[in-house]
Amino acid sequence: MNRTSKILRYVSRRLLQGIPIILAIIVLNFFLLNLAEGDAVDVLAGEAGSATPEYMDQLRAKFGLDKPLPVQLLVYLKNVVTLDLGYSFRHDMPVSKLIVDRFWPTLLLMVSTIILAVGFGILLGLLAAVSLNTWKDAIITVFALITYATPLFWVGLMMIVVFSLNFGWFPTSGMENIAAFHEGFDRVKDIAHHLVLPTITLSLFYLALYTRMMRASMLEQYGLDYVVTARAKGLTERRITFVHVLRNALLPVVTMAGVQVGALIGGSVIVESVFAWPGLGMLAFESLFARDLNLLLGIFLLSSALVVAVNLIVDVIYSFLDPRIEIG
Amino acid sequence: MIDFWKRFSRNRSAVFGLAILVAVLFVATIASLIYPEDPFRLAGKPLSGPGLNGFLLGSDSLGRDVASGIAHGAKTSLLIGLIATLAAVFIGIIFGAFSGYYGGRIDDLLMRITEIFQTIPSFVFAILLVAIMKPSIESIVIAITVVSWPGVARLVRAEFLSLKNREFVQACHTLGMSDLRIMLREILPNCLSPIIVIGSLMVATAILIESGLAFLGLGDPNIMSWGFQIGAGRTMLRSAWWVCTFPGIAILITVLAINLVGEGLNDALNPRLRERQ
Amino acid sequence: MIKHLLSINNLSILLPEGADRKCAIENVNLTLSAGETLCVVGESGSGKSLTAKAIMGLLPAPHVRVGSGSINFGTEDLVQVSYERLRQIRGSEISMIFQEPMTALNPVMSIGNQIDEIFRYHASMAKLERQGKAIQLLKDVKLPDPKQIMNTFPHELSGGQRQRAMIAMALALSPKILIADEPTTALDVTTQAQILKLIKEMQSTYNSGVLFITHDFGVVADIADRVAVMQEGLIVESGTVNQVLNQPSHPYTKSLIAAVPSLTPRAPRKKSDESVIRVNRLNKVFGGEKSFFGFGKSKRIVNAVQNVSLDLFQGETLGIVGESGSGKSTLARCIIRLMDYDDGDVSINGTNISKMGRAEMRPFRAKMQMVFQDPFASLNPRIKIGNIIAQGPLIQGKSKSEAEERARELLSIVGLDSKAYDRYPHEFSGGQRQRIGIARALALKPEVLVADEPVSALDVSIQAQILKLLDDIRRQMNLSMVFITHDLRVAAQVCDRIVVMRYGKIVEVGTTAEIFGNPTHDYSKELLSAVPGKGWENKNSASLR
Repeated sequence: MNRTSKILRYVSRRLLQGIPIILAIIVLNFFLLNLAEGDAVDVLAGEAGSATPEYMDQLRAKFGLDKPLPVQLLVYLKNVVTLDLGYSFRHDMPVSKLIVDRFWPTLLLMVSTIILAVGFGILLGLLAAVSLNTWKDAIITVFALITYATPLFWVGLMMIVVFSLNFGWFPTSGMENIAAFHEGFDRVKDIAHHLVLPTITLSLFYLALYTRMMRASMLEQYGLDYVVTARAKGLTERRITFVHVLRNALLPVVTMAGVQVGALIGGSVIVESVFAWPGLGMLAFESLFARDLNLLLGIFLLSSALVVAVNLIVDVIYSFLDPRIEIG
Repeated sequence: MIDFWKRFSRNRSAVFGLAILVAVLFVATIASLIYPEDPFRLAGKPLSGPGLNGFLLGSDSLGRDVASGIAHGAKTSLLIGLIATLAAVFIGIIFGAFSGYYGGRIDDLLMRITEIFQTIPSFVFAILLVAIMKPSIESIVIAITVVSWPGVARLVRAEFLSLKNREFVQACHTLGMSDLRIMLREILPNCLSPIIVIGSLMVATAILIESGLAFLGLGDPNIMSWGFQIGAGRTMLRSAWWVCTFPGIAILITVLAINLVGEGLNDALNPRLRERQ
Repeated sequence: MIKHLLSINNLSILLPEGADRKCAIENVNLTLSAGETLCVVGESGSGKSLTAKAIMGLLPAPHVRVGSGSINFGTEDLVQVSYERLRQIRGSEISMIFQEPMTALNPVMSIGNQIDEIFRYHASMAKLERQGKAIQLLKDVKLPDPKQIMNTFPHELSGGQRQRAMIAMALALSPKILIADEPTTALDVTTQAQILKLIKEMQSTYNSGVLFITHDFGVVADIADRVAVMQEGLIVESGTVNQVLNQPSHPYTKSLIAAVPSLTPRAPRKKSDESVIRVNRLNKVFGGEKSFFGFGKSKRIVNAVQNVSLDLFQGETLGIVGESGSGKSTLARCIIRLMDYDDGDVSINGTNISKMGRAEMRPFRAKMQMVFQDPFASLNPRIKIGNIIAQGPLIQGKSKSEAEERARELLSIVGLDSKAYDRYPHEFSGGQRQRIGIARALALKPEVLVADEPVSALDVSIQAQILKLLDDIRRQMNLSMVFITHDLRVAAQVCDRIVVMRYGKIVEVGTTAEIFGNPTHDYSKELLSAVPGKGWENKNSASLR
């Protein structure tokens, strides 16, 4: 069997493995929903102002809330599978539509963050490891240590104080200047301008993480036997570092990048609410205040699914990098 | 013990971290002595700058003393960090130990559960849990515990997995020792070092999560915390920079100190890693 | 005077402060000529490996470095040459192969690329030419299907194949000197014989000088022209292979050679017909179980033990001999119920213990005890020696004082100071730890001792002491013993009967004299003919009794 069809089979098997996880999260979601005080009808009644108990019972029957829990669970499962995540009375919109609308800004923020954090993290870690115990290493290590310990929201606020309020270089919030009605390339430029601070804020912590990991991973690889062999073969230090050690050192960093996607989504809730970035995180923040639990659970479900998907992608990338992974 | 301290103190940044941590601990313990009043109370003129109107680090828009808040917040942060970590380590050890030691179906089941909890974006999950349980110090501790135990479980499982096939464990089997005793007396003491290290780093993460929750307005409304201070001050960012800045610095140096201590512990407890450097 | 390829003069290597001695090696003098094989022999810690590394400039700088002396290669001193010049020499004029080919090869780079690098960095050749040469090299080291091997990764090859690939790499540019640092230690005996043969052939083809580092006198007898013996950083004796092996002059060399067990089986003992342990049609399969949710891949199935039946008679030592993967260790662990088996029975003194539960099994545990291979992994680093030994009696219901008394008694039986009682394992050497392991096994006064490669992790002089101790104890306590080993020399001296295993099956059973004198199965013959140094009649070998 050739490698492409092997990888295809691997991907489909991994997809299959993702299904029980998603199912479990849906079930968890259902129980969380039930754990919360009051059901959808209470919320609805609260929205409407006043409702008679008879009317509420009627509503419960309509939504199937009078049925036993297992039946409700099955109904809920069916709804989720058909992408019906309920209705957000606050926004007067189906949750699924609301989430899809807000998904793209978050994706934009996350992709730019991952590129910045992983890219620079690898570069800085590499630089620190190559110049071990020099001033470069010291500066990078201290930088990583400090950013690793800084809360994201505080970095965001400080960024706003310094770069928006003091220097006026970047806008304080939002994704674009809606009043300006930019179109085409101007709009892209405008969005990019708004994207700078949120991206830097969100990426700093992960940049520190990848820098530290990359440095440690490089140092660990330098101590292994195959490096001695490479030296004994008369290769240049350059070749040893950039071909032999680098590729092996990247493996744990790639794995880590996958693991951290979940945390990144959490971080985007904070960063989006600091910069009023109109993505899922901002939506989650709003629904928190509105006590719109349905919406919050929908966001939670989508972000979990996103993690499963990203982990799949990372695994496939990993299988290209490491021939030892059996994918057959 | 003396030997351990010798190795630990060789790492200067770790000793530095420990010194800061001791200082933060000191402030937390004497918070009620130096600021006996409720930190939520109006203490003077609102929005006074640092050093003005008798406020060491200024006051916020409601005239609350920022310095008093930081001192009381230290107690909150350390307490929540410590309790949540202890609980998470406890759960993680149980999951990891049974999973690694027995393997097979038990391992499969426990690891699938762990995997689910690892897949869920942890901070979003924490937000959800606190939102559902209503913000209180208990719900925050529970939420942080729930999202942080899987890491410990994985680590403990890996350790148990490698140690259970070690010959000294097999020797215990040939002596007829019970499984529980092998797990508790023979294997667990041999994986304490990595658990201590991961635990110390988890305290730092827990403090960050707590401050994030409080910032989003999910803190216990009756307890002062650093994240709450920053969240409350963000609207005044333009006019009163100190309200957000000082609590942030408090979080930064506390977390930094704990991370440094954690790394120092790692170096001191894992001699193999140390030699490599 | 013959012009030497390489001459090492008064070389000293400094160790970092705080090490147990100041110099790793001191005033070492060695010479190597073209077409010659020089074996440097020594026990662990003798500095033999560092000597080899120093030639290549591969000392783990900055902690370990050359203190004084010179390494003359042609007209150059390798201690003094520039880094760039040293790099040019490495791999093209002097090359090296290592002990563990798995870790010595880059796991994520194909074999073809790893060979190709050498050409790229030392010679200017077109890509196709380099590829052709690489394939030719793989053919030369007798790897099957060289074109295919070019695209494989190290983990896809067997240990022997990996070492062949390493050799191909080392010989790519026909170096003047090949340094081999224990290249066959990690390999099975039959593979070792093939690799030694290959190195010999390659040497005659290229007329290179070979510097061969080893701890095994059998290998020395097979491959060396000249020998240098090292002890704690000093060369204590050197000369031709005949001189050193057959008329050693230095007491250390003499003691080392005396410790090498002879291949001639020891005199047989009177045997008993009373069976202590009977194994009946035992089967053990690894893998095959599906994962919990059914989505996981089913694991590869390995028949570790297949249909094995054997008897252990009262007072005898039964050897189980085989290469790695033969199932010998698995069989031992099944017998002692460290592992559950799929079917078959094990009985001890006529009682079938196969189906016993944990509580039922406990009294039988005391009857069978085990001595393990790795002295560093077999003792819990967090428990004091006394408690390690006393644990067994305590579990079996003895009082605390009884158990402690027994532990102290055993410490003296295995030849350790009573002060050891309150110490931790890390304070002891490998040989001492193995003694502690034996004491732990004896604490329960077992009838049967299962020893799983008990001496294979030890230096040869320590090995002899431990074998002697085991034999003394066997006699004093009237033990029956199952002795697992891959080393036929040890088996010849220790065992009364031998079981030869391969791929989980027994291929031959017989008395030691039968197996060594007149093996019937082809595999037994192959094993015997592969024993290193079989042509060397070790007259100095002290009998173990």
